[in-house]
Amino acid sequence: MQQINILLASLPDGILLGFVYGLAAMGLTLIWGVMNVINLSHGPIIALGMFGTFFLFTRLNLNPYAGLIPVAIMGLLLGVLIYVIAVHRVINAPHLSSLLATFSVNMIIIGLGTAVLTTSPYNVDFSAGSFKLGSATLLGTRLIAALVAMLFTGGLYLFLYRTRPGKFIRAVANNRSAAELMGVPSTRILALSFGLGTMLAAVSGALIATFFPFNILSGGSYELKSFVIGVLGGLGNPIGALFGGLILGMIEGIIPAFLEQSWVPVIEFGLFVLILLVRPSGLFGAKK
Amino acid sequence: MKRSLFSIFTVLVLMGLILSACGPGATEAPAPVEPAAPAATEAPVEEQPAATEAPAMVEKTVVIGFTSSLTGSQEVSSKRQVNGLNLWMQQVNDAGGIKLSDGTVVKFAAQTYDDESNKERVQELYTRLITEDNADFLISPYSSGLTAAASIIAEQNGKIMITAGAAEDDAYKTGNTSLFQLYTPGSLYLISTVDMLKTLDPEAKVAIVHENDKFSTAVVEGLKPYLESHGFETVLEEGYASDTADFGPVINKIVESGATVLLGGGHYPDGSTFARQLYERKAGLKFVSLLVAPADSKFPELGDAALGVATSSQWELVATHTPEEAAVLGKEWYGPTGEDFAAAYEAMTGDKPTYHVAGGYTAGLVLQKAIEDADSIDPEKVKAALEAMDIFTFYGGIKFDTSPEAHGLQVSHQMVVAQWQKNDAGELVRQVIWPADVATADPLYPIPAPQ
Repeated sequence: MQQINILLASLPDGILLGFVYGLAAMGLTLIWGVMNVINLSHGPIIALGMFGTFFLFTRLNLNPYAGLIPVAIMGLLLGVLIYVIAVHRVINAPHLSSLLATFSVNMIIIGLGTAVLTTSPYNVDFSAGSFKLGSATLLGTRLIAALVAMLFTGGLYLFLYRTRPGKFIRAVANNRSAAELMGVPSTRILALSFGLGTMLAAVSGALIATFFPFNILSGGSYELKSFVIGVLGGLGNPIGALFGGLILGMIEGIIPAFLEQSWVPVIEFGLFVLILLVRPSGLFGAKK
Repeated sequence: MKRSLFSIFTVLVLMGLILSACGPGATEAPAPVEPAAPAATEAPVEEQPAATEAPAMVEKTVVIGFTSSLTGSQEVSSKRQVNGLNLWMQQVNDAGGIKLSDGTVVKFAAQTYDDESNKERVQELYTRLITEDNADFLISPYSSGLTAAASIIAEQNGKIMITAGAAEDDAYKTGNTSLFQLYTPGSLYLISTVDMLKTLDPEAKVAIVHENDKFSTAVVEGLKPYLESHGFETVLEEGYASDTADFGPVINKIVESGATVLLGGGHYPDGSTFARQLYERKAGLKFVSLLVAPADSKFPELGDAALGVATSSQWELVATHTPEEAAVLGKEWYGPTGEDFAAAYEAMTGDKPTYHVAGGYTAGLVLQKAIEDADSIDPEKVKAALEAMDIFTFYGGIKFDTSPEAHGLQVSHQMVVAQWQKNDAGELVRQVIWPADVATADPLYPIPAPQ
């Protein structure tokens, strides 16, 4: 009975957190789906999103949710910049080249971040209250973060399916050569896609900063979770990533009710290997 | 194509896991870190003009090797420990060094590297400190885990290592003879807290939730039988990974267990996160004591979440040890007073010293005393002096176990319990609440419920 109570208390929390995990993974899987590039700078960009919120909140007294707009814009521009400088030249090269390129960006951001910001924990001292739902205590920050994640997912869906640049992105993801023959400016679309991916990473980081302390290395664990979610939701399937995130969040809520907290990563990555073995296209199907 | 992508992907995740476990930049070549203290002399040995009768003055620079965690999970506390050590070195050098009876003037120079809070890095760097930098004496890195890694290298090479910031007991119970511990051992860390609870609330139900690392586990292993022997009921015991960010599920377990008191934590990053989430989730505990994090001067950055959180502290300025205390105990007093130490530290850094700073400073002080007592820098003589040491400093008593079973274990130093409370101006201040004879305030019990 006690375990059921713990489960009921922890599950809503896990689900809310899962939305944010899903948002972070969506950025990774979007880039992967469009250009077959595994963005190893994903984690540090999540961390930069966290710092974006921190500095806007502490220096400009900007509400963290209002701060999402400048963080999203900076994330988009940073992504375009990374694409132009580091990724574009190796986009057609073997996968190892783009891996090394994004890994280099990862090391540069972490190196600069460590030098400037150190690895001491930073804390956004912001609260949106909390309320009881049965035995569960729901934090306002997590609830708002889940809503924002849903809004961004809906926005991304509308952008990809209802707008001309979105359709171009899907066309390039489907068949770049054919899209180019139809007059789609593939370089600009690839840069935009990379920018959107990093924007989602930065926004997820900005949301995470409202409930967890962080430092420049904090994005690494969310990058790893994004990989697991990518496999769960289907490689290159951004909407599937949201569901993958929810599954991971639920797992994180369920496991501690029955086992010690330290079992969570063991089971998460065990699941990752299992999915790769039995359903490598993910639970919701990979990009076609 | 897809198959190759999957293969790469899987390899990457595995690499990511390994790298995250190892910490950043494990392959970088080590770059020496400039010590804050001024270098005493350029040349290792410098002849001075001989006086007519007194022995010839010879200046000898002793190299003290250590690593510090300039990055990574131990950064906050490690930097403070090194600041304390650097202050001691600066003071002793500025005072003209240690004068030995044979005319040698001993001054000190630091050789240090960033260990990135990484055990493998620590072993690599301590090997380098001993074999390439020819360090004469070693100071431990911060944290029990890193010190355990460094201690193997020190012991293999027969180098004396004063361990500061490393409370775990096991390293001294494996036949090592080169380690000398300054901190009260981990197994005794929460003893004072339990003694206090016994007087405040003998019916308290205790939840033990701790980081799964060497230090915190050692603390818990010492705590459990002590709680039991004092009749406390432990309603929950749970470990968590060092990089845990979401304590929600653990807090739900604590609430569900019916615990009224929480004892546990680990180090700064997890402890500060834990405290914040306990507050946000209105866990309703009467008393919370966390390891390490609340002892840091950054802790009040949590705002009201810091109020009432207690910690076991190796040293607090408001209850610093005094020469009078030493006289009562019949021990030899050595070194500056706590007030002088704190004033010098504030002048150097603009910050108030924490127990990590005091530990770093005292590590140097103990080495200085051992060299003075040995009247030599010969390692064997210094080791003998350390084994015979039984002194009292502003930091407290210093005496090492000399039995083969626990050589080097600290047996004299006592801890206090400190708690964040609000002063008349509404500011958060750390008060000593136990032992009663040195307390600066009554315990805040139960801690106020969050608004």
